[in-house]
Amino acid sequence: MTTSSRSQSAMLRVWQLLILALILGFWHWSSRKPEVAFFVGEPLIVWTRLIDWLFVKRDIYLHLGVTLLETLLAFVIGTVCGLLAGLWLGLSPKTARVLDPFIKATNSMPRVILAPIFCVWFGLGIWSKVALSITLVFFIVFFNVYQGIKEVSPVVLANTKMLGANYSQLIRHVYLPSATSWVFSSLHTSVGLAFVGAVVGEYLGSAQGVGYLILQAEGTFDINTVFAGILLLTLCALVLDTLVTRIESRLMVWQPKAGQTEKI
Amino acid sequence: MKISPPLELKDISCSFDSGSEGLYTATKGVNLTVNSGEFVSVVGPTGCGKSTILNVAAGLLSPSSGEVLSFGEPLKGINKKAGYMFQAEALMPWRNVMDNVLAGLQFKGLDPQLSREIASDWLKRVGLLAFAERYPHQLSGGMRKRVSLAQVLALEPELILMDEPFSALDIQTRQLMENEVLDLCFGTSMNKPRSVLFITHDLDEAIAMSDRIVVLSAGPASHPIGEFTIDLPRPRDVANIRDNPHFFELHASIWAVLRDEVMKSYAKQLDPKPSNP
Repeated sequence: MTTSSRSQSAMLRVWQLLILALILGFWHWSSRKPEVAFFVGEPLIVWTRLIDWLFVKRDIYLHLGVTLLETLLAFVIGTVCGLLAGLWLGLSPKTARVLDPFIKATNSMPRVILAPIFCVWFGLGIWSKVALSITLVFFIVFFNVYQGIKEVSPVVLANTKMLGANYSQLIRHVYLPSATSWVFSSLHTSVGLAFVGAVVGEYLGSAQGVGYLILQAEGTFDINTVFAGILLLTLCALVLDTLVTRIESRLMVWQPKAGQTEKI
Repeated sequence: MKISPPLELKDISCSFDSGSEGLYTATKGVNLTVNSGEFVSVVGPTGCGKSTILNVAAGLLSPSSGEVLSFGEPLKGINKKAGYMFQAEALMPWRNVMDNVLAGLQFKGLDPQLSREIASDWLKRVGLLAFAERYPHQLSGGMRKRVSLAQVLALEPELILMDEPFSALDIQTRQLMENEVLDLCFGTSMNKPRSVLFITHDLDEAIAMSDRIVVLSAGPASHPIGEFTIDLPRPRDVANIRDNPHFFELHASIWAVLRDEVMKSYAKQLDPKPSNP
């Protein structure tokens, strides 16, 4: 049983590596022509650039650090605010109904366009990027929690009331844990968006960060550095996503895993 | 001095706003008393407002008119002297078995050490102490019902409300659970016998377990139309009480009343147009 599943996952890895090799191979092959390489870069040079950044010159860490700090701040602040706002409106339907058009309007607004305004408000430092990221993260978490609160099982709620829980105990022992599972289902999306917000913010006006590096490279038609930056960001996003999955599986032991047979 | 009964429903009516059709009267003029130490079952066709009555007794619903008395006191808000065992899954999925049984004691603010002892004791009684660390989704349906039972009984409520608690279980598990409930509520393990208000649509189950059965009419505006005292000897074993000849007599006389209502309710389901008298 275990050996077969192990050989199966080994097979999966082989296929994934094969596809990766294919993509890189195609990239390398097509970049042999200089007029194509001008547009797509060359994987070997991109690779040297990455090695340069990370191990030889070691000048990427400051920029990467800034971008990750912005991401983390936006992620934490956005999630907490989204959770609180979701709880509040989920628990007071009247307020929710009053605020409904405003929430819809803010959510439909193309919020990336706010970046220049945030630059004016908060300056060119990290806080304008954090602010932009928060606007992206907040709504994801908020809508998930809001929905989660509305979908708390009425039976579990009634049962907890019958067991003698008062209102604050209901919030702590029923609404919050129930909302947490919804928060976690939204975290994968929101951690990605926090990252997007930070990079786009840097791209639109900053003096530090990976987005800033990419913008600089574009200014000099240095396509290889642009791709190196993109790859680095992708890598970081993958690491963040894995972290979220780790934390999730540690905190959400009570949930049946996908594919796990549920006993009736 | 006469002791007030754990539960008295006086002339209870419940109406719900059903949108376009206006008010739907689920129950009308329900009078029902559960005496101390008595096991009362309410039977009736589907959709006759059995659960409504139970929710009124629990304080989860306030009746449109009428009065609910708990030990002679008018009920305000949640009935704190009652424990409620629901038909659907009611355990908190994010708490393991032990923490679920602990919940009520925790809400009461009981000493954690003492609470754990009480909860362990109840888990032992329902035979699930070995599963204390499991989460609800890792248990079978029967086991989850046992946890619910332990969760409710750990608070030692003076009145236990049960809403078709075993309807989702297979027949064997069901009989085991029924016997367990009878034993836990009326056996020697409790300090004093509990009063139970039990809702079911299964007449056999009702006769096997109850001291008294109340038959409700078909909805809307359902109300009690018959009351039967079940004088079968206790302690009972639900698996073989059906061999008792008196069981059949009781079954026949209650079914005679219930059958018409079931037919009425069935006809209404086929033709759902409201027929106001």
